[in-house]
Amino acid sequence: MSSDDVSEAQAPGTTLVSDGPVRWERACLLTDLFPERGAAALFGDVQVALFRLAEDPADPVQAGQVYAVQNLDPFSGAHVMSRGIVGTRAGVPTVAAPVYKQVFSLLTGECLVAADKTPKGDLPADLVTYPVEIRDGVVHVGLP
Amino acid sequence: MVNSGGSQHLVVIGGGMVAQRLVEALRARDDAGRYHVTVFAEEPRAPYDRVGLTRWFEDGPEGIALGDPALWADPYVTLHTDRKIESIDREAKTVTDRLGHVHAYDELVLATGSSAAMPPIPGNDLPGVFVYRTIDDVAALRGWVEQKRKSYPEGKPVRGAVIGGGLLGLEAAGALTALDAQATVIEFGTHLMGVQVDLGGGQALKRLINGKGIGVRAETATSQMKPHRRTGHVGRLDFADGGRLDVDVVVVATGVRPRDELARAAGLPVGERGGAVVDLSCRTEDPHIWAVGEVACIEGRCIGLVAPGNTMAEVVVDRLLGGLAEFPGADTATKLKLSGVDVASFGDAHARTEDAVEVVWADPVAGVYKKLVLSDDARTLLGGVFVGDAGPYASLRPMLGAELPGDDPSAFLLPEGGGGAPNLELPDEANVCSCNNVSAGAIRGAVTEHQCTDVPGVKACTRAGTTCGACLPLVKKLVDTELERAGIEVSTALCEHFDMSRAQLFDAVRVADLHSFSDIVARFGTPVVGSRGCDICKPVVASVLASLGNGHILAGEQSTLQDTNDHMLANLQKDGTYSVVPRMPGGEVTPEGLIVVGQVAKDFGLYTKITGGQRIDMFGARVEQLPDIWRRLVDAGFESGHAYGKSLRTVKSCVGSTWCRYGVQDSVGMAVELELRYRGLRSPHKLKMGVSGCARECAEARGKDVGVIATDKGWNIYVGGNGGQTPRHAKLLAEDLTSEELLRTIDRFLMYYVRTADRLQRTAPWIEEVDGGLEGVREVIMEDSLGICADLDAAMARHVENYEDEWKAVLEDPEKLRRFSSFVNAPKDADPSLAYVEERGQRRPATAEERASGVVIAGPKLEVRA
Repeated sequence: MSSDDVSEAQAPGTTLVSDGPVRWERACLLTDLFPERGAAALFGDVQVALFRLAEDPADPVQAGQVYAVQNLDPFSGAHVMSRGIVGTRAGVPTVAAPVYKQVFSLLTGECLVAADKTPKGDLPADLVTYPVEIRDGVVHVGLP
Repeated sequence: MVNSGGSQHLVVIGGGMVAQRLVEALRARDDAGRYHVTVFAEEPRAPYDRVGLTRWFEDGPEGIALGDPALWADPYVTLHTDRKIESIDREAKTVTDRLGHVHAYDELVLATGSSAAMPPIPGNDLPGVFVYRTIDDVAALRGWVEQKRKSYPEGKPVRGAVIGGGLLGLEAAGALTALDAQATVIEFGTHLMGVQVDLGGGQALKRLINGKGIGVRAETATSQMKPHRRTGHVGRLDFADGGRLDVDVVVVATGVRPRDELARAAGLPVGERGGAVVDLSCRTEDPHIWAVGEVACIEGRCIGLVAPGNTMAEVVVDRLLGGLAEFPGADTATKLKLSGVDVASFGDAHARTEDAVEVVWADPVAGVYKKLVLSDDARTLLGGVFVGDAGPYASLRPMLGAELPGDDPSAFLLPEGGGGAPNLELPDEANVCSCNNVSAGAIRGAVTEHQCTDVPGVKACTRAGTTCGACLPLVKKLVDTELERAGIEVSTALCEHFDMSRAQLFDAVRVADLHSFSDIVARFGTPVVGSRGCDICKPVVASVLASLGNGHILAGEQSTLQDTNDHMLANLQKDGTYSVVPRMPGGEVTPEGLIVVGQVAKDFGLYTKITGGQRIDMFGARVEQLPDIWRRLVDAGFESGHAYGKSLRTVKSCVGSTWCRYGVQDSVGMAVELELRYRGLRSPHKLKMGVSGCARECAEARGKDVGVIATDKGWNIYVGGNGGQTPRHAKLLAEDLTSEELLRTIDRFLMYYVRTADRLQRTAPWIEEVDGGLEGVREVIMEDSLGICADLDAAMARHVENYEDEWKAVLEDPEKLRRFSSFVNAPKDADPSLAYVEERGQRRPATAEERASGVVIAGPKLEVRA
């Protein structure tokens, strides 16, 4: 893919709720991410799951967007959220944990379907979300 | 046993079906734990379904298991098997068992049942004369027949006779036939099943039974049984009319006697023809002693049917808990299948009511006899007899004593579709399930008040149909009608993105010739903006596309649909690593192959374990290691084992005739052929198969979705078995097939399943849902009743032709390999959170406690030899 394609694929900037100052880290090229699947990124000890949604002419708001949540699956304790299936529930983009199939909102990290399970140890059921910005075809993640 | 402080001790003598029901009912109702119950069974086993004794031949002990075995693990329940009670001391309120142990009781229930009666025919003690009552009787009968067969030259049949043509006698004749012995039923009365059916029905029954190869001699008294001159075993029956019959085995089934000896010895009143006398509360003369089931003499008689026994058990439980229930009178309605022949009767089957009118419909050619007994105005239903077609029984029996709608009662007897019988609207109080005493109203209530939306739900809620199952068609009809009335549409929708079931979607995709998720969701998805599927429908569509042959599962858009196991072509484990399973067809592996697997596991630090499917699983492989591991395996000739897929897993085999002394066919060869034929076939759920080389069944093939067992003439095929939470034994589909016929049968069975089963539905529940059950499946794939066999054959041929090893294809494609990165910004870095400890010479994931206490021996990175 040429660099022109990359800039064309640039999605509108996304800013998610975050308290305090944000340290922006470079994750990868947008084209490194497979549409409609996740990938993990490593920043020191912090693992982040990135999801690039498919282009969808019928849905200009979320289509092509990149979302970031914690890679730690609270229900299994394993760092696997990036390997879940993405989808929608009532129009909300979601990811399903690959171990025990809980469903989380990619917008807020909220656990929408607990599937009769409780989180492991004292982990919160909801996922931490991270702001994402695409600058010149490069995915940046905002870490606290 | 729980601390019984404060609770009373209930002792039940006898471990039969009614005892089981009593304990079950007590534990269901006694929430407060008022009673601790101890059951003393004479037989060395927990209660079993005595009515289904014949099934023991085919399905073994589990075929006649009764209720939930967890009942006997309840802390408020103690079961002593092989522990006959010898005496009751009413003064001291104790019982003494055969070991001399004394047990105190607060309340005592006699549930000792009956013993088989042995008429005083000379020679009734000869070896080879049996009764038919317990598992031990049936096992002894089988042993004897097999012994006799072995002593005879090949082909000479074992000749059996059954004395007694009642329900039990016909069951016993069926058992002899199942053992491949000849059977002749000797009946003293005018016709078979004289208690339940009238002469016309008995004659129809005789023709049908004859058709099953069972002989019948009615109006015949047996005068003596004579020993064989040489062996001293029973060898001949002499009849009062001068006739004779040579026999090798005799089963006596002339009736039962209540086991009332304990009651007699304890001084309790017994009936004229035996049985402990009880009142309508099932209480004996002693206020703390009760009697239920066949030993109870209630309303002046003992009743040898399980349904009234169960009712008595419920009455006693209600009384023990302070209720005022009374025995409502015996429902002696009977419906059963004898050697495949339907027989049913209810109410006044013999038209003994004064001025009763009989309406008979008989078709001697088809072997059908149906009769209704009506009041003199031909309106009120008094009874009925059905032989050969018990269809109307389920809906008519609950109308007993009620007026039939319509002008012509004979309309109810016409063959289905031939008469237009008026729809029966059962009154709420009509008893639908007589085994569990469930009324039509209770079933309606389960739908309207307890929000049950299907038959399994209603069964769980009301227990209707959970014992003999004869009423299930009626239950289904009631449930459907009630759902319709309540405006509840039972949804088969996959998820919010598709209104269709998996089977509907499969057909739609196949017929519309679609090949991508986008096209499928655009064409068949629900019209909602932004509905790009979800974790439910995506894997279903992935499976459908794979079953229809759409290339590699990681090609293009298909890759976005796969669950992580299919996406990584490996099995996700709890710590986020994967396990790797190369295929070893039929469980066969060369020494060179074993060395490669061992070396790979050693080099990558993988934990190894032998699976239940006869191959080797290597655990602890990280995403970024998978291609390197598989390159080594593929180079050594291994291919994907599809352990990660909803697809064929393994074909387990025993070593078969090539090595085994007993094997009659090459089971390994067949297993390898099957595994190579069906490898990679994507299905609604995982599929397992097994092939055994002889009837000893070392491959446990009957625990598989498809089980093949060698015979000396070919192969028997069994379908619908599985292990897991609800284990099922596979059922016989066809016998003595050639290898070619076997492959064709399995081809069609699998393809039909792949096309029509629901999401994540294994073969056993699928078969149950196919119209007509196993018989229905047989008709579709062996008789081509739907005309789809050529299509199924072609689909399987395409699958076999297009198979490719998924892992080999991944290794050859850099774009697919790119998926196997640990981190998008550090593709070869190991997940830093992994931690392991050593156990029994291998490593395993560290527990949370081990991580905290710092005993972890290794992080994710192990020295790996390049």
